[in-house]
Amino acid sequence: MTLALSPTPVSSIDPFSNEFLADPLPFHEQLRELGPVVFLDAYGVYAVARYAEVHRCLTDWQALQSGAGVGLSNFTTEKPWRPPSLLLEADPPRHDAPRAVLSQLLSQRRLRVLEEDWKADAAQLIDELLGRGTEFDAIADLAEVLPLRVFPDAVGIGKTGREHLLPYGDFAFNAFGPQNELVTVPGATIGPTIEWINTQCLRQNLTADGFGAQIWAAADRGEITPTQAPLIVRSMLTAGVDTTVTGIAAIVHAMATNPQEWERLRADRSLLPRAFEEAVRLESPVQTFFRTTTVETVVSGTAIPPGEKVLMFLGAANRDPRRWPDPDRFDLSRDPSGHVAFGMGLHQCVGQHIARLEATAVLGALLDRVASIELTAAPTRHLNNTLRGWEHMPVRVSPSAGDTVA
Amino acid sequence: MTPQTIAAPPPAVASPAARRSIVVVGRRTLADNVVELSLSRPDGSRLPDWAPGAHIDVVLPDGRTRQYSLCGDRWDAATYRIAVQRESGGRGGSAFLHDNAGVGFGLSFGGPRNNFRLAPATDHLFIAGGIGITPLLPMIRQAELLDLPWRLLYLGRSRSRLAYLDELAAYGARVTVHCADEIGRAELDAWRPTDPRVRVYACGPSRLLDAVQAWPPPPGGFPAKVERFTAASTDGSHAESAFEVVAARSGATVTVARDETIVAALGRVGVDVITSCAQGVCGTCETDVLDGRPDHRDSLLDDAERAASLCMFPCVSRSLGPRLVLDA
Repeated sequence: MTLALSPTPVSSIDPFSNEFLADPLPFHEQLRELGPVVFLDAYGVYAVARYAEVHRCLTDWQALQSGAGVGLSNFTTEKPWRPPSLLLEADPPRHDAPRAVLSQLLSQRRLRVLEEDWKADAAQLIDELLGRGTEFDAIADLAEVLPLRVFPDAVGIGKTGREHLLPYGDFAFNAFGPQNELVTVPGATIGPTIEWINTQCLRQNLTADGFGAQIWAAADRGEITPTQAPLIVRSMLTAGVDTTVTGIAAIVHAMATNPQEWERLRADRSLLPRAFEEAVRLESPVQTFFRTTTVETVVSGTAIPPGEKVLMFLGAANRDPRRWPDPDRFDLSRDPSGHVAFGMGLHQCVGQHIARLEATAVLGALLDRVASIELTAAPTRHLNNTLRGWEHMPVRVSPSAGDTVA
Repeated sequence: MTPQTIAAPPPAVASPAARRSIVVVGRRTLADNVVELSLSRPDGSRLPDWAPGAHIDVVLPDGRTRQYSLCGDRWDAATYRIAVQRESGGRGGSAFLHDNAGVGFGLSFGGPRNNFRLAPATDHLFIAGGIGITPLLPMIRQAELLDLPWRLLYLGRSRSRLAYLDELAAYGARVTVHCADEIGRAELDAWRPTDPRVRVYACGPSRLLDAVQAWPPPPGGFPAKVERFTAASTDGSHAESAFEVVAARSGATVTVARDETIVAALGRVGVDVITSCAQGVCGTCETDVLDGRPDHRDSLLDDAERAASLCMFPCVSRSLGPRLVLDA
């Protein structure tokens, strides 16, 4: 077969500039419209922003590897800032065993034992908020609180020092980008945080019944090695906090800005799982990941040479009008199945069922207790090279009839 | 680590109708009574990912299923390879494939699933009895890829019955072929590792696997892992026929056409099941089963979970009976 190769459009867009990170949507549209594959001369990397090409690059692990790093840095020529992840930054065959252990541990049916507890925690949190008043910051008072109440205990890490979790995740996701100020400024003081995280992953520092202990138990059974176990625990701590905070914030934002869809959900709770998926489609908490070509790889008529970094805009793919009619609309009539907010294929987010459980617990608790929710001021963005989240999201709620407010 | 060239990529996603369909795209005779079948989707799209030790359920046109280990190359995302030995004492599934599965023949599949995963190790002993070589071949290639030491003991009645001897010959002294018609029965226990770093993987007849499993692991080591050929259901109820699904929570009932998924059928009557991979891999669409017998086609449930059938993955799985009641 001969493939007609077209010239690759070149763009000077810098996807890690503050301007881009503050509002990526217009840039996403430009990138999608430039062509199926674009060359970003600011970093000398290829990029895909349309759904079909992003899906293709995510699933084709044979041609597009993760082992050279899923950020801008190429691990074959540059030293990673920490020992690489055994999951995110690995390929088959080394990826197989760690992934198999976590997939089993974090399957929906295994997580069901946590569901009632997490729902009760979410209900208690909303009750506490309503007890203090009807206005709060949906980030600092809600989205950041629930994950930190339920997740560290589920992993089984120590009770002290947990304030390191959010800065660590924030730093790790910044580190997928270039060495801009988002990396260099916190980089000067991140040392003790990294050390605290690594200490939590050791067997003696984990409770007997959490995910952490179960990862070590897999090492006892010989499914992974004792050297791998702490790094797999580390993956849970890196990827399991900031992401779910952003996911919860995304659904709260969608509800606060789409009152008609909130009413629809109140009337039909069976739409709850769809509401979360639609919210993460629209917000795409993880905006970008890179791959590196292992061979010359033809993507929709563009030949990418081997050893090149390819930047995948998950957020742009999730709003590609070629795939999603009226893509910018939060629409509970839409089937959001197939969005790439959790990635796709071999490396698809192994903790996605945890994210769903946390977010639907929060949303369910809100629906039980709150009649309406609205923004009281424009939310402000928290800039991160990879994550798209918020710094503040001031909201006002009106409690459902029957709930009393102190 | 990877091959030097990769052909133009297969389509990323198969159409729902083609999702569980495979067609024989290559067939060659490997040994007396052993044929190798190469299988691809009709549209050439990527097949679900797998790792060494995995098997698929091959569903014959009459609905019988047989399990076959994948013995091909997972860097070729569009093709599965299996080797089928004609079982004279079997129930006719292998004979059917031998007699009918020429190039172009259409089949259906479930999985892949993996009960025989390769764990990280620094040394390996592989023990194959006859056609039990199939799951071990990708393991051997992987050990080579990682440049790790390994040995293979390949047991059989005679060379003419052993598959893949030509490929294995390239590995020289790492491979020991022991044929009973040449030198009598093997001294199996002489192969028992004393070094705890050596992980043992064995596949073949029950008597061989019983003997290997009886080996006490060396101090600090792990027990041998074995893959037994399990008897699959013999009835014809895996056939791709229509059936009825009741969504108990929503109160809807719908007929799932033979070329339609449960998710699509439920969607027609307004019952929401969110999916993500649509391949039975990611687990997003996990749904509780209230009544009926699912025809599990996913890569997620193990044998015990399949037997219990408390849940299923309706993006790919179907029904063994005429009616399935789901918590949807």
